[in-house]
Amino acid sequence: MKKRLQNSGAKAWLYLLPAILFLGAFMVYPLVDVFVYSFEEGYNSASQTYNGIGFYNYSYVLHDPYFLQAVKNTFILVIITVPLSTGLALLISFGLTSITKLRELFQTIYFLPYVTNTLAVGLVFMILFKKTAYSDGMINLLIHAFGGESVDFIEGPYWAKMFVLCFYTIWIVLPFKILILTSALSSVNQDIYNAAKVDGTRKARIFFRITLPLISPTVFYLIITGFIGAFKAYSDAVALFGTNLNAAEMNTIVGYVYDMLYGNSGGYPSYASAAAILLFWIILTITCINLLISRKNVQY
Amino acid sequence: MEVTLKNLTKKFPSRDKNNPADVIAVNHFDFTIPDGMLVGLLGPSGCGKSTALNLISGLQKPTEGRIFFGEDDVTELPPENRGIGLVFQNYALYPHLTVRQNILFPLQNLKGKDKLSKEVMNEKMLEAAKLVQMDGLLERKPKELSGGQQQRVAIARALVKMPKVLLLDEPLSNLDARLRLQTREEIRRIQQETRITTIFVTHDQEEAMSISDIIVVMKEGTVHQIGKPQDVYDSPKNLFVAKFLGTPPINVFDGTIRDGGLYIGEECILKVKCLKDSTGNALREDEMRPVYVGIRPEGFVLSEDGALTCKRNRVEVMGRDISVVSTHPASLNETIRSIISADNKVNTAEECVKFQLLPHKVFIFDKETEERIEFEA
Repeated sequence: MKKRLQNSGAKAWLYLLPAILFLGAFMVYPLVDVFVYSFEEGYNSASQTYNGIGFYNYSYVLHDPYFLQAVKNTFILVIITVPLSTGLALLISFGLTSITKLRELFQTIYFLPYVTNTLAVGLVFMILFKKTAYSDGMINLLIHAFGGESVDFIEGPYWAKMFVLCFYTIWIVLPFKILILTSALSSVNQDIYNAAKVDGTRKARIFFRITLPLISPTVFYLIITGFIGAFKAYSDAVALFGTNLNAAEMNTIVGYVYDMLYGNSGGYPSYASAAAILLFWIILTITCINLLISRKNVQY
Repeated sequence: MEVTLKNLTKKFPSRDKNNPADVIAVNHFDFTIPDGMLVGLLGPSGCGKSTALNLISGLQKPTEGRIFFGEDDVTELPPENRGIGLVFQNYALYPHLTVRQNILFPLQNLKGKDKLSKEVMNEKMLEAAKLVQMDGLLERKPKELSGGQQQRVAIARALVKMPKVLLLDEPLSNLDARLRLQTREEIRRIQQETRITTIFVTHDQEEAMSISDIIVVMKEGTVHQIGKPQDVYDSPKNLFVAKFLGTPPINVFDGTIRDGGLYIGEECILKVKCLKDSTGNALREDEMRPVYVGIRPEGFVLSEDGALTCKRNRVEVMGRDISVVSTHPASLNETIRSIISADNKVNTAEECVKFQLLPHKVFIFDKETEERIEFEA
């Protein structure tokens, strides 16, 4: 009996082996490696040598104005886009489930950004916002029409660029959230709404006391993944402002990590690792806070 | 509160391309439910009974006709202004709220001059919870309750605003057999205590018969018969009603009336006279007339010189009485089931059993219209 048990244990390990090898080689090992790099001072990837071990990398990164700018950008992006996109998605999906006419059409329209190629989206945003020799961009035409002064959204003031980045991010993440929320909303038993109707419940009360609590697990899932996604933002900024994000003051933490590795100022895996580990701690902290809050507010 | 339905009709547009005619779920309902009664809407599934309930509750709008609560025409009123309590088939309790919050919910919706103070709300909530005997479990959530308990919470929530009419949609269908018996007694007790006019929907004739003051037997959107359960059972208007009520079900035979007698096969089982059809016209008893003959299981009496001879299949002993299962070539049911007192001894040596029939347990129906033909034995 004992032998058979041991045998089956060996079998189980054998079956797990491919997954363990892959995860080990491409996830666990790099993770550990990054952690180790972040403490090796002056690591040179060509000669595979380093001067010593300590916190210098962290100290350097934390004093690097580019990193601080990236942290500031990332936090602004997170704080603006996560609540706005989740709230907007909630409104839109609630609207979608309330209408019967043209629902499919609207659903398709709202889902389009999800299936559109990033380059095509970038082009559209260029037409909307970018100043060229021929035009100031669609948005500026609108501003002119209302008597305002044109703004350079791509190479102009910081707030304008941040506005475009937030706008773009919200627009990109909205379809997925709407999709998830619409299915959560339609899974609420219709009889519960009928019961509320018979009880004479006002619309707002139905929404806040019944609908929202019933879909709160989904909303919470979207908030957590939204936070994580926004903290990892990078490609959106590149699509809008090009690869030299530091110059544009539009870098994000992930962008900083990338630049430290491969950018013009790159070749510093130690600094990149330190920044990555810092990002890891930030996301971990925020997610823990989220979990604590949700335990109080997410129903059943 | 008296509930009156006048010419109430609900049609749904057909989704079937081959059959574009509207589906008539409720067809010209015209009856009054007296105040304080427990009324069962009874019919096979798809007969429109739930639709009828939804029309009364206001969740659906009728295509035609009017609904009155007492003197008031409520046809155009939304559900919340009708003063009804509605219990859904799946209870539809708010899953994230406790029993207390569920029962309080309708009260908290009151606004303006109807707004209640916290103390009054709590009092009313406790009263309703006590009525359904759930006052010990107020802090539980619905998923921590059994089906029967959830049902009671749903009833308490429907009753807490003291509705004029209480509506129950298949109240017992989600419960197991034992709980069903218990809960139907409970519904009866609550109704008797509150004297609220209560309408419930069911497809289970036993359920409807056992607790209703009045039953409404429906089929395919039309009302077939309304009356006290015993009256409907003893005097069904047509073959459908006779077949739908009673367990075991009624035994139906092909028969003929001729020469003043009712014949099944070649045997004259009863002498009949004074035949009257459903409209009250006298019919001649000496004229050959094909009919359906319905005989209630308790209408059979074992007798050596009985008029009806059946081939015996088996005898089932059920303690209080025994059930003789037999066959007859003219029977429309596969087997004939008769219930006789256990005092009788069935001669197991014989292959055939002979029955005498109790005339008031025998019903004759016209072969074409399936309407009842009344007779005197």
